[in-house]
Amino acid sequence: MNWISNYVRPRINSIFSRREVPENLWTKCDECGTMLFHRELSDNLNVCTSCDHHMPISPRARFATLFDGGTFATVDVPEPVEDPLKFRDQKRYPDRMKTAQRATGEKEAMLVATGEIGRTPIVAACQDFSFMAGSMGMYVGNAIIAAAEKAVELNRPLILFSAAGGARMQEGILSLMQMPRTTVAVQMLKEAGLPYIVVLTHPTTGGVTASYAMLGDVHIAEPNALICFAGPRVIEQTIREKLPEGFQRAEYLLDHGMLDRVTPRTELRDELITITRMLLGLPPAIMGDLPAPDATDDAAPSDDTAPAA
Amino acid sequence: MTHYLDFEKPLAEIEGKAEELRTMARQNEEMDVEAEAKALDKKAAELLRELYGKLTPWRKCQVARHPNRPHTRDYINTIFTEYTPLAGDRNFADDHAVMGGLARLDDRPVMVIGHEKGDDTKSRIARNFGMARPEGYRKAIRLMAMADKFNLPVITLVDTPGAYPGKGAEERGQSEAIARSTEACLGLGVPLMSVIIGEGGSGGAVAFASASQVAMLEHSVYSVISPEGCASILWKDSEKMREAAEALRLTAQDLKQLGVCDRIIPEPMGGAHRDRDATIDAVKRTLVDMLDSFDGKDADTLRAERRRKFLDMGSVGLAA
Ligand SMILES: [Zn+2]
Repeated sequence: MNWISNYVRPRINSIFSRREVPENLWTKCDECGTMLFHRELSDNLNVCTSCDHHMPISPRARFATLFDGGTFATVDVPEPVEDPLKFRDQKRYPDRMKTAQRATGEKEAMLVATGEIGRTPIVAACQDFSFMAGSMGMYVGNAIIAAAEKAVELNRPLILFSAAGGARMQEGILSLMQMPRTTVAVQMLKEAGLPYIVVLTHPTTGGVTASYAMLGDVHIAEPNALICFAGPRVIEQTIREKLPEGFQRAEYLLDHGMLDRVTPRTELRDELITITRMLLGLPPAIMGDLPAPDATDDAAPSDDTAPAA
Repeated sequence: MTHYLDFEKPLAEIEGKAEELRTMARQNEEMDVEAEAKALDKKAAELLRELYGKLTPWRKCQVARHPNRPHTRDYINTIFTEYTPLAGDRNFADDHAVMGGLARLDDRPVMVIGHEKGDDTKSRIARNFGMARPEGYRKAIRLMAMADKFNLPVITLVDTPGAYPGKGAEERGQSEAIARSTEACLGLGVPLMSVIIGEGGSGGAVAFASASQVAMLEHSVYSVISPEGCASILWKDSEKMREAAEALRLTAQDLKQLGVCDRIIPEPMGGAHRDRDATIDAVKRTLVDMLDSFDGKDADTLRAERRRKFLDMGSVGLAA
């Protein structure tokens, strides 16, 4: 019943407190406690080099390592009405938004971009857990619709990275309505015959899991990601029993048939290229770090007019 | 035996007194209490109008969850003829939290699907309090596909606190089941009409209510989260449910302004439970009217219009 679990808050705090000490060149792995040098950690896509724990990664950092040459063009997302319900809890919604915007440097909880991976043109969308727990409101819905429309317009696959604590409660019913809205977006891709690949990252919960995150042609999760509808705490409170170790984690969902694969972040890019190119009927890709594609490409910040693959 | 809600206490006193007088008069024929009892009736009616004329959002939640409120089973048995229940998801089980089957609305065959909460302890447990498990959504998906195949309009009756937060429900992929059910709603080439008859609780409701037209009973609610759940997260205090209910804008009246609800079906004075027959009749008239409004529309038009409605949703906010 209750989408957002309480684990969300401490998580955000830990991300923020790290940000507030930019001079700190070391990050402590919250899983194994190893002190990791920043550069080393970011080179390894925020995966602990000691225990393989997958730490959060921002959409921009993810895109920088996903796209050829780290080059991508962001796709404009139609701005929704600000604070549509004039929501009042202990803090004003616009104030919560400003705090999140300052902390992340982003406008909202999803970033959409076009670019190439292994010389394969794609559209990608990435949800930002550090922005109000990645919660799904009108903007996130608009972003997914914009991503699907862009993919259809350019005849490209859509690769979506999900991460969310659940619904944007401050948008009430309009948050809930993103479930059907984003489902319409997925249907557009389906009808255009375009691949839709979902990468489920930690954590993907609530209405996000129960809509676009579970409607992919291929579902890949990062190791140990929590993926659920109702969070573990809510379930424990309801059934009054302790849940087994690893319940609702990626490997558990793989065992229960909800995922195709669990893939470490460091191997994800190659795998996405391989799968995408096969689904599109393209020859095998040349793997490795490719330079940015040239001319009339996605690197141009102007309107994306790259020809379809 | 009338069940009174906490805010109806003064009403319970007056109605109780009138009842008491009449009982006394029946036992003692010498007594003439009718004038006094009638005066109490009048007072009760006035109070009822006063209370229900300005129900707060939290009180609407209480009315929407009223145990005597008509449930899906009551609507199905009264509105339709030839109701033929169809069971099972052909995969794991039959979910008793979800009723569904073929039926006739007047003479027209339709597919009807709805959450059923149950009416007493035994049936409530059997129905899991109207909280569907994955099998419930998968049964609904199967029935919707059948309706699509045989060109039958689909009617869904929504009355659920939400999806069931249980271990098995998660293991059997309730997220996927809800997502696919929503997708099934949006892919139908036949009319899909939903009526929120009580509680429209989060994803469990959306899975049935991603409809061409959504009607809501006057005091029903539809929300992303229960007021108690919202209060415990945002206020850190589940007792702040009144504030949360206010903030969430979950009433039929607010949702109509937001374009989430297309029609409001008025309830009898004092709520649906005070005159169940009149409520069920009003729902039937709305269903017939909604069904008529789809006459002459082909599958592509129905699908396109439904999707457009959801894509456009949220472009207008509420006034302060
Ligand atoms: Zn580690």
